[in-house]
Amino acid sequence: MFIENRQKISKGFDIQLIILFLVFVVIGWFSIFSSAYDPTTFSGIFNMDVPYGRQLVWIGTSILIAIVTLFIDNRFFQHYAYHIYLFFLLLLILVLFIGTEISGAKAWIKIGSFSIQPSEFMKMATALSLAKFLNEGKTGSEKRNTWLLCFVIILLPVLIILLQKDTGSALVYASFIILFYREGMSAQFFIWGAFIALIAILTLYFNELYAVALLIFIFLIYFFVSKNAKKNLVRNLILLGAGIAFVFLVNVAYENIFQPHQKQRIDSLLGKTSDPKGVDFNLNQSKIAIGSGGFAGKGFLKGTQTKFNFVPEQSTDFIFCSIGEEWGFLGSLLIVSLYAYLVFRIIWLAEKHRNHFVRYYGYGIAGIFFFHFLINIGMTIGLVPIIGIPLPFISYGGSSLWAFTAMLFVFINLNDS
Amino acid sequence: MAQAPSKRMYILFGVMAVFAIIYLVRLFSLQVLDDFYKKSADENALRYITEHPARGLIYDRNDSLFVYNEPVYDLMVVPRELRAFDTADICRLLEIDKETLLKRIEKARNYSPMLPSTFEQQMSKEDFGYLQEKLYKFPGFFVQSRTLRYYPEPIAAHVLGYVGEVNQDILENDPYYQLGDYIGISGIEKTYEAELRGVKGKRVVLVDVHNREKGRYRDGEEDVMAIPGQPLWSTLDLALQKYGEELMKNKRGSIVAIEPATGEILCIVSSPSYDPNLLVGKNRGKNYAALATDKVNEPLYNRALQAIYPPGSTFKLINGLIAQQEGVLDQNTVYPCPGGYRIGDHTIGCHHAGGANLVSAVQVSCNTYFCKAFYNIISNRKKYATVQEGYQAWKNHVNALGFGVTFDTDLPFENRGIIPSVDYFNKLYHGRWNGNSVVSMGIGQGEAATTPLQMANSIAIIANRGFYYKPHIIKAIEKKENVSDRFGDRIQTTINEEYFEPIIRGMAAAVEAGTGRQAIIPGIKMAGKTGTAQNPHGRDHSVFACFAPVDDPKIAVFVLVENGGWGGTVAAPIASLIVEKYLKGEINRTDLEKRILSLTL
Repeated sequence: MFIENRQKISKGFDIQLIILFLVFVVIGWFSIFSSAYDPTTFSGIFNMDVPYGRQLVWIGTSILIAIVTLFIDNRFFQHYAYHIYLFFLLLLILVLFIGTEISGAKAWIKIGSFSIQPSEFMKMATALSLAKFLNEGKTGSEKRNTWLLCFVIILLPVLIILLQKDTGSALVYASFIILFYREGMSAQFFIWGAFIALIAILTLYFNELYAVALLIFIFLIYFFVSKNAKKNLVRNLILLGAGIAFVFLVNVAYENIFQPHQKQRIDSLLGKTSDPKGVDFNLNQSKIAIGSGGFAGKGFLKGTQTKFNFVPEQSTDFIFCSIGEEWGFLGSLLIVSLYAYLVFRIIWLAEKHRNHFVRYYGYGIAGIFFFHFLINIGMTIGLVPIIGIPLPFISYGGSSLWAFTAMLFVFINLNDS
Repeated sequence: MAQAPSKRMYILFGVMAVFAIIYLVRLFSLQVLDDFYKKSADENALRYITEHPARGLIYDRNDSLFVYNEPVYDLMVVPRELRAFDTADICRLLEIDKETLLKRIEKARNYSPMLPSTFEQQMSKEDFGYLQEKLYKFPGFFVQSRTLRYYPEPIAAHVLGYVGEVNQDILENDPYYQLGDYIGISGIEKTYEAELRGVKGKRVVLVDVHNREKGRYRDGEEDVMAIPGQPLWSTLDLALQKYGEELMKNKRGSIVAIEPATGEILCIVSSPSYDPNLLVGKNRGKNYAALATDKVNEPLYNRALQAIYPPGSTFKLINGLIAQQEGVLDQNTVYPCPGGYRIGDHTIGCHHAGGANLVSAVQVSCNTYFCKAFYNIISNRKKYATVQEGYQAWKNHVNALGFGVTFDTDLPFENRGIIPSVDYFNKLYHGRWNGNSVVSMGIGQGEAATTPLQMANSIAIIANRGFYYKPHIIKAIEKKENVSDRFGDRIQTTINEEYFEPIIRGMAAAVEAGTGRQAIIPGIKMAGKTGTAQNPHGRDHSVFACFAPVDDPKIAVFVLVENGGWGGTVAAPIASLIVEKYLKGEINRTDLEKRILSLTL
């Protein structure tokens, strides 16, 4: 059996994904090294007091995790998907009580000298659980209920993570819409979603009146253009009323749900406020770092902005700045291409797979990778608000590297079945 | 057994590809198209630190230090880097209470949490030494040093001048200066600013986000060393200057002493004065305001250069010279003195009666003699058709002797005094005037007004028998041997050498047995002239002008003591003490010295 497994490794595992993984961690390590390197205090790369030294340990252990994951019988994941989900859900709840607070979020469990962030692993657990649920729910029960229960599976961890004040990690769960879309969720849902988002942005950017005016305008156009408008007048009026109520709800929600720093970030992104030394400081520094890279970059260790703490969190959430500064547009192009390739490759393999469980899981994690890529790089170049989530495999940090590694290698394992 | 990919997969691929392309376009515009971020990056990470050179030192003629630089230490704070620390410890150190401490930190935080602010200005060396050992306990604090002017002797404030921060006007007009730079504002500091300031250097360093230095940029390739300011050697004699200021304590007025052979100013006193150390350091603003608003003493006012007084009887010497040059009299000419000079029903009185020749007229300071001489100069119809022409001829001589003009030397803010023009009198008298209209100028009263510096220079001219070097305050720049040739031009006056002898003889006689007997120094032959400058606002000013030794003049002195009364009583002793101090190096007439030192006017 052991020998049989070995043959499997050489034959069936997707070598492209494994190579991609290795390329990412190597790029990640060099970027972390460059952003934390200080010639005056440098004492070898195995120094555990500096991020690049510790990241070596994280990379080593994550490779171990990758190998172990590949050796596990692939039926294990499908069979124990709910167990894994519940295990991490309980861990998340545990964090609420015994967690440690790091930069505002109570999301870490401290064991000895290192901390672990269960919410990072929860993403994979949720993806597994959704895959299992969709796989079983397909036969029999009504579709609507399937989606509803899917939302429950997602909502549970989201709520707990929100309680931990880790908004960024909670938002990641939105990425499962990619899976739902693929599995047949009505396109109307997305159109309505986009419309609601548009109304919300309009409300925040201008004010309620503009949004209300737009709603009434659309209603009137529909009323005069559509032939059966009069037939559905009552329904449409109720919809209009709900729309207007929503507009005012957005403002109330915005004022009450978001924390002040999050509101500032949103205002800043919408261009409503500008404060280069305050809220905009991170973004400004980040744009300066990336923008100063030019076409070919300043070269390894030659960056001036991604050292000396100009960019906050420069080895974790803002690691892309190092790449942008030292490797220029060519580096950016490489990173964007690699992530696009990673996501496309996972989707492609998932799509082709006979086992629907694997397809669901594949789409689930492809969405997660894509969302992380989109938010993380988007925030460094000012396209999305600043939301602190890591760049997969590249950002410094043990929990996220372990979790992404497990996430990817579970797929590589499943794919080979 | 692969199945056909779903349509929605391709749609997802398309949507994702669109996002990726949007990101790449954005990155391309940020990184390749837009220059803004490249410039910002340099501003961010590179600091151009100006290295301020030490300002040049100023020595006296005998290598004694007038001004040097003392390092002071500013305690700086970067609020963001502060950690919990023992507030009591730092309060005790700086002698402040906790409330002040918190207020200062708050103020610094308001300015900028990340940039350093001054927490405590100009700590002494001792405080710094003590603090430095403990500084590791106070993260967020650091010490920055700079230098300030320091004056070992609290003298010569007016001449040395002071430095202050550049103002907006200078900033706009002179690209050398940057906000916060120091510049000489008055005195030597102003005139010799270019020599004293040195050349600023530049250091380019990499800094982190907290503005902390992280090493040199390109190993210092672009650094420029600061070049210290050049030292200056003043013409002043520090000991004499100090002595002069002591003598003038509690009196108002001025002493100017010049070495006739060179025009070097040996001492220049304006009293009341102030301690130049007051205009340095943290209390500078407060002290300056106090000095500037002291309308009673006007300590900032440099009387030696800026105050103008009627020259008084010492001006008779000048008229005696011009009269000879103009040929209206010679040394044997006798004018009878009936006790005054009569103009219509008005008489300019004279305290002596009888006749006098030029020498004795100088000796006894005969008003009648010099009124007549002056009248004859400007009403010399054989030479000049009109009084205007005659007066202009006189004025030309007076200007050549250094009155009514500025020397334009290295002393800033000279007053040119007043020697009225022909036009002035034409207007005043509606074109109808004669020698008697202006005759009081013959004895140094009336419209003429001169500064102590001009008077001292005229005595130097007499000592030199007809020429002078521009009076100046700086002898050499950079090296003591590099005597500046800027003031090396011998300026010939319009008076021939032989006409000085009778005047000098009269002055010598005045000291030996005339009005200036108070100035006699045993063993030194001195020529002097008392004066009493009429003061319409109060008691007359006491004036004395002299030089010594008569045959080989080493020093020419002019002393004016406001409200000192007759020249012989106060000014003459002061002048003679200055001469004695300079020529002998010590004072033997201690009683006289004591009397002058204790005199308060």
